[in-house]
Amino acid sequence: MSVLIFAELEEGAIKKSSLEAIYYGSKVAEQTGTTATALVLGEGSADELAKAGRFGAAKVLHASETRLNEGNALAYASAVAEAVHQEGATIIVLAKSSLADSMAARLAGKLKAGLAANVIELPDLSSGFRVKRSIFTGKAFAITELTAEKKILTIKKNTITPEETDAVAPVEAFKPALNDSDFTVKVTNVEKATGDVLLPEADLVVSAGRGLKGPENWGIVENLAKALHAATACSKPVSDLDWRPHHEHVGQTGIKISPNLYIACGISGAIQHLAGVNSSKVIVVINKDSEAPFFKSADYGIVGDVFDVLPRLTKAVKEL
Amino acid sequence: MKILVCVTSVPDTITKITLTDNNTKLNKAGVQFITGPYDDYALSRAVELKEQLGGTVTVLNVGEADAEPVIRKCLAIGADDAIRVNAEPTDAYFVAEQIAAIAKENNYDLILMGRESIDYNGGQVHGIVGEMLGIPSISPVMKLAIEGTTAKITREIEGGHEDLEAGLPLVLGCQEPIAEWKIPNMRGIMTARTKKLTVVEPSGNDTLTQISSYELPPARGACKMIPASEAETLIKLLRTEAKVI
Repeated sequence: MSVLIFAELEEGAIKKSSLEAIYYGSKVAEQTGTTATALVLGEGSADELAKAGRFGAAKVLHASETRLNEGNALAYASAVAEAVHQEGATIIVLAKSSLADSMAARLAGKLKAGLAANVIELPDLSSGFRVKRSIFTGKAFAITELTAEKKILTIKKNTITPEETDAVAPVEAFKPALNDSDFTVKVTNVEKATGDVLLPEADLVVSAGRGLKGPENWGIVENLAKALHAATACSKPVSDLDWRPHHEHVGQTGIKISPNLYIACGISGAIQHLAGVNSSKVIVVINKDSEAPFFKSADYGIVGDVFDVLPRLTKAVKEL
Repeated sequence: MKILVCVTSVPDTITKITLTDNNTKLNKAGVQFITGPYDDYALSRAVELKEQLGGTVTVLNVGEADAEPVIRKCLAIGADDAIRVNAEPTDAYFVAEQIAAIAKENNYDLILMGRESIDYNGGQVHGIVGEMLGIPSISPVMKLAIEGTTAKITREIEGGHEDLEAGLPLVLGCQEPIAEWKIPNMRGIMTARTKKLTVVEPSGNDTLTQISSYELPPARGACKMIPASEAETLIKLLRTEAKVI
């Protein structure tokens, strides 16, 4: 019995959300009196693998296979299943991501495991194995008991504050059998923003809505985001109007985020938008309409014109 | 082209969630149920593909009798027939098992559904179904075209999108902008009444998770208002008080 954590690489580095998952997994291992093993798929440097130990893994399994460099959910799920059998793992932890969501489902099918998605706290072991997970896009939580022998948890960002130590974990080479049947989906083209902070991973997010009046005005949003090292996001109408790409749309039918800080500029705060962002730690709302419903769900508010306020905030950040 | 579209009956997106029975149940009183918005995209694209390539669209719902208005609406939009598996859809593995059992009997070229249901947000069912059938599953799909026996797909990834090619059959979790939502017309609504809706009993009872109770998020404290003339104060407060920058 052990806890296995899938550590996802992004351009050769373990994602921040995965470091959080490793730490979370090490705490679950403590709770259950076992050890945490981190699994890294694809080529990664020794420095990166060492991070897994510093965030709580007692052991690191590394499959350095070029065929696994591309995040292929089917092949990854097969590799994780093999590691689960090898290690005798009963609890599998993944940080929620586009890739992890697809993997976790395939894995649940392979292992006949109970799967709880969007978990936001450590499990409660006082009666069975219970987790608290976010449902209705954060409008409610379900206390869910996992009754199968094998359990898979995908955890939301900011579920736990990870602590880094100077612990060193041994790294073992892992050679999963790669099945050609897992490689039948061909990737013909990838278009991805580079150099920007990925929205689901971002600690700070600056988001804007129709109050910006047009895509040509996004410079003031991007400037504030750049000054804060934040990701940019937008409301659904803005993505529907093609002012911004769909992968920036946050809300009930877009990406759900839980950063430390969410700054909403010129967004009125419809219930569907709030659903996607209400688990942010701190919410700031800037809107010229003092009646905007978003102010009721905010921690800080400024009633003012975004075209005046945003450049001044950018300047204030640079002067910090 | 033989297409299966799996749909959920879920509370409308504007629903304010409340609890009942000592927080062990969601309060359904006064709640309007709709087709899952992502499922609606899947259905609309399925009907477009049928119009373009011929074939059939079957709608499948795992749910109780109160889901039938949603199923009838799917028939009005253009599905040919429907199956309802008479069970409460409480666990993703159980729901996937029902879908896989029906798929095994019918050899669908495509099994489409929403990327996730908007109630439990698991986003798991398409992947588990794919695994049970031994075929690829892809999600979230933004574009889908069929050329012969090949599907050309655009999938959203973090920070962008990727183009994929895969042979049929496939299971796909769909999202916008795969199609424009179709709205049923009067003729559709009339013919939907006589289209076949088969009710079958569930097979297997592998429920691997169980919800013991619900909670609502704690209310946020009062919003601290900062006059626009002193907007710069916000940045100081975010550093010294909220400690997030």
